[in-house]
Parts: sequence; C-alpha cells; structure tokens
Amino acid sequence: MSHDVSPHVQADRHDPVYDELHASAEFVELRRRYRSFVFPATVAFLSWYLLYVVLSNWAGGFMSTKLVGNINVALVFGLLQFATTFLIAWVYSRYSTSRLDPLARQLDERFIALEGKSSRGTGGH
Amino acid sequence: MDTQVLTTALFLAVVALTVGITFWASRQSSGTADFYAGGRSFSGFQNGLAIGGDYMSAASFLGISGAIALSGYDGFLYSIGFLVAWLVALLLVAEMLRNSGRYTMADQLAYRMRQTPVRMAAATSTVVVSIFYLLAQMVGAGALVALLLGVDDQFVKNIVILGVGALMIFYVTVGGMKGTTWVQIVKAVLLMAGSALIVVLVLAKFDFNLSDLLGGAASNSGHGSAFLEPGLKYGATLTSKLDFLSLGIALVLGTAGLPHILIRFYTVPTSRDARKSVLWAIGLIGVFYLFTLVLGFGAAALLDTSTLDKAGNLASPKLAEAVGGGAGSTGGAILLALIAAVAFATILAVVAGLTLTSSSSVAHDIYNSVIKKGQASEKDEIRMTRIAAAVIGGIAILLAIPAQSLNIAFLVALAFAVAASANLPAIVYNMFWRRFNTRGAVWSIYGGLISCVTLVFFSPVVSGKTAIDAETGETVTAALFPLGVDFHWFPFENPGIVSIPLGFFFGWLGTVTSKEPTAEERFTELEVRALTGAGAEQAVQH
Repeated sequence: MSHDVSPHVQADRHDPVYDELHASAEFVELRRRYRSFVFPATVAFLSWYLLYVVLSNWAGGFMSTKLVGNINVALVFGLLQFATTFLIAWVYSRYSTSRLDPLARQLDERFIALEGKSSRGTGGH
Repeated sequence: MDTQVLTTALFLAVVALTVGITFWASRQSSGTADFYAGGRSFSGFQNGLAIGGDYMSAASFLGISGAIALSGYDGFLYSIGFLVAWLVALLLVAEMLRNSGRYTMADQLAYRMRQTPVRMAAATSTVVVSIFYLLAQMVGAGALVALLLGVDDQFVKNIVILGVGALMIFYVTVGGMKGTTWVQIVKAVLLMAGSALIVVLVLAKFDFNLSDLLGGAASNSGHGSAFLEPGLKYGATLTSKLDFLSLGIALVLGTAGLPHILIRFYTVPTSRDARKSVLWAIGLIGVFYLFTLVLGFGAAALLDTSTLDKAGNLASPKLAEAVGGGAGSTGGAILLALIAAVAFATILAVVAGLTLTSSSSVAHDIYNSVIKKGQASEKDEIRMTRIAAAVIGGIAILLAIPAQSLNIAFLVALAFAVAASANLPAIVYNMFWRRFNTRGAVWSIYGGLISCVTLVFFSPVVSGKTAIDAETGETVTAALFPLGVDFHWFPFENPGIVSIPLGFFFGWLGTVTSKEPTAEERFTELEVRALTGAGAEQAVQH
C-alpha cells in the first residue's frame, strides 16, 4: 500500500480475501439480485408516496369523492399506503430469504474458510 | 375514585418497573459490546418490539391522535410518512449497517474514510438530532403530567422535566443498551395493549362501523365533510401546500437517518435478524398508526374538542376517560390514569434511547477514536459514556425548561429534517457510491446540518409567524420571538425540501473535488461485508 496513513487515521488493512470474494461470480450475482430488487422498489414506493402527497395537496376534489358512506378516496388512498408498505416489506422478506440469503451464506462460509477462524469479528477499525 | 391519586400511583408503578428492569439488566452486562449493543444477542422479534418502543414517541401517540382530533384528515398524513419511511430503512440501510458497523452511526463511514473528520461530523449530527428529539419528549412530559394532575404550574412542569432527565441518565448509566432495550420492549407492549383497548371501546360505540365513526367525527368537529378531506390545515395557500410537501419529504427520508434507530440494528446477531426486526417493527408501527386514526377520529366524534389544549395532546387520555364511562366515573378514572401512565412510559423509553445514542457516540467516536486515537480501554470508554450521558442529560434539562413554549411536533419534525439532510445522504452514498470519500462525507453531514438549522432559524417558526388569539381576537406571536421581531426570509416552516437536496449536493461536490484512493479501495471490502456479513461483528457469547 502506498498511502502513508497510520492504521488508526484510516483503516488501511487491505484484505485480499475480500478482493477475491468481490470478483467471484456468486458475489456479482448477489449484488445484481439485491440491486435489481431494492432500486426499482425504492423508486416505486417513493413515487407512490409523493403522488399521494401531491394529490392531497392539489387534487382536493378527486380525493374528497365519497365511495361508501363517509369513506372517501383520500382515506382509501391513505390506507392503501399502509397496504403497499406491508406488501413490499413482505415481498422483500420472501425474496431475500430465497434469493439473497443462500448466496450470502455461501460467500460468508468461503470467507471463513479462506480467512481462518482467528480473524472473525476483528473488523471495524 | 380520585383520578389524580390513581394517575400518580400508576406513574410511580411505571417508574418502579423500569428502574427494576434497569437494575436487572445491569447485572447481566459486561464489556462494551454488552453496554452499547446489548451483546448483539436480542432476537429479531425482541428488537422489532424495541424499535417500535424507540420510534413510537409521545409525539406519535399524543401528537398524531391530537392532530387528527383537531385537523381531521391532515393529521393522518403524518402517520403515513412515518410508516412508509421504514421501507427506506428496510431496503437500503438496516442489513448493510448491521454488517459494516459496531456501535454508532459513524462506524459505517469510518470503515473506509479518515477516522477523525468523519467521526467528528457524525457525532456532531448525532448529538444535534438527539437533543432536538429529547427536548420534544421532555417538554411533552412536563405538559402531560401538569395537565393530568390538573396543576398548570411552571414549578411542577420543571420538576417533572428534572425527574425525567434524572431517570434517563439513570437508565443509560446503569442499564446500558440491555436495560434500555428491555425498557423499550415493555413500553411497546404496554402502548400496543393500552391503545388496542381504547380502540375496541371506541369502535364498539359505533357498532364497529368505520363510516359511522367518521360521520360522527365530521359532524361533531363542526367542519362537516371537509374534516375527512385533505387541506383543512395545510391547503390554504401555495406556500402552505409546498410546506406540507416539504414536511412529507422529511418524514419519509428522516427515519433511516435517525441515529437512535440506526444503533438498534447492532443489537441483533446477524443482518438477517436486523431485517426480521424491521419487518416486525413495520407490522407493529403500522398497526399502531391505524390505532391512532381511530383514536383521533374517535376523539373528534366523542369529545368537545374545543375544550382540549391547543395542540390536542390530551385527546387520547381524554378519549380514554370518555369511553371508560366519562369524567367522574370509576371506569373513566381508571382508563384515563392507565393511558396517561402508558404515555409516560412511552416518553421514558424514548428519552433513554436518545440519551444512550448520543452519549455512546460522544464516547466511542469523539473520546476513543478522535482524542485517544483508538487506544482507550473498554472500561474507560464505558466510563466516558456514563459521564457523557450525565452531561447530555444535564444540557437537555437546561434547554427543555426554556423550550416549553415550543411546539412538540415542530421539534420532532426538525429532528427528522436534520436526520434526512445530514445523515441519510452520507449513509446512502457510502453504501452505493465507490467514489464517495472523506471530504464528501464531511461536507454532506455539515452541509445538510447547517443548511437545515439555518433555514429553520430564518423561517416563520422562529420569527414572524402570528396567530389570532381565540379568546381576545388579538394578533399574537406564534413564533419563538415576540410580536414585532421579524427577520424571516425563508417562507416554509419545514426546511427539508431545500436542505435534503443540499445535503446530497454537498456530498457530491466534496467527493468530486477530492481524490482518496484508499476510500475507493476499501469500498470493495465494505461492499462484500455489507452484503454477505463476511467478517461482521459477532454476538457476545455468555
């Protein structure tokens, strides 16, 4: 390493095992699967939330439309925000358990094998 | 039965219970991982409850139901922002933070940046956010207790603030993270059970027909169907609409940058448990906000809301009294005292979490890493946390006494705005942008923090906002400064719409104007570790 910083100033431990894992096909696949879920999901729920705020602000007439009894569109949209939040959380939980965790475990086990037991839990600084 | 005696007895029971838990937890703890992260041995479910206990503050329980009781539908918009925000934490932050940090928010940045500047910056914003949030809770506690005991006396309020401050210092110095977590778990259970009871009693009054409840609220509120539609509070002008949009953005982006929420992810053994705890928290918090909807509209339907305090903070306790049989009845007295005690437990659990977060950041980030260059012993670091807890608690007490004229919801919204402007950009850039570096992190934190606080200082909340006194019809000040002092130039009360983009902008600017090869190389390690948990901190084996 060419950077003249003491280990405390900036962690300089460059562990080649991480490079090896980073380059592995499994890691590339894990990152792809993670990002292909969370990026679109984040864009979707933030847009849906902002749409809701904007409609509340500038589409009062539409939001006040009564559907059943005293229940109007605004209330239904508000409750739908709850429903979509629960739904996205549940779908992500399913997705990560089946598509992310097995790969992550596999990579973690390879890390332990390559690194030996001694280095467990010594990171951070 | 005398409500005041009963209320006081239940308050003391809550205090005794939490003190007992703290002593019990202190006997189980040794070492920094126990003290700061509860040994990382809480289950996902336990931590989910504790997150709920940390997050559902007095501002939510009393504030949102009060806002719905007074402003109808517009109050509900708070609940939605506070809940949807959890998806940011679930998808982008919780698991990766658990894998890459140890005790504080700064750890995750320090993983690949220069320690001293990023830890100073992160610790500064941690303390600022926590103190704003603490003030809101302590002011709330003073007002709540004084109103419930029927003594609107400044001396009593000050004594309550002092008592709450002393208790929170005690929880943190004696119980550490383990004690604080158990206090939060117990509080979450009490809060859910207490509000569920009132919700069932309210719904029973309307034969479990939601439409009838809404109709009752609309007609009793005096606003008619406008009470059930957006715009009653924020819909008047373009400025107020944009202000509302600004608030909405800060709410949804603030949660995942709140330091006292972030450090809760360190208390579980693995990132999978961190995910589980957020899932439990989302379920719990979501159901709770549905409860507040019923409580708020229930209060509007069943109470004479003109008799409530200006902010509506007493809507829930008064509603409990009404559904228990009304003022003067035994059932009413019992339910009022019960809900008041639950609200008090809520405040205690939240202030404990905030004090722990800010004092551990001072000890771990500033004392150990910046001053002692990482050489402080575990014992020294914990001793310093205890000292910091006492100092921060003392500062919070001193600030809370003059801050009592401030609106609680405003203080909480400000904490969210600072968290979203200063903390979230740095956290997100650090996880997803290889090029991000020390200057970028420091500029985004200070840039977001300073722009947020500056905009608030020059906003109508600090000077220039006026209101019409309902009784006298005179124009009075609704700002911090008295009538006639007006130096505001920023039109909105909520700074988020400007300060959050500024936080992201400064982070980008600082990054592209400097080069830091080490930070980029270390990103490889951070990314592997964050996604796989390889080399992450392990749970403590007892």
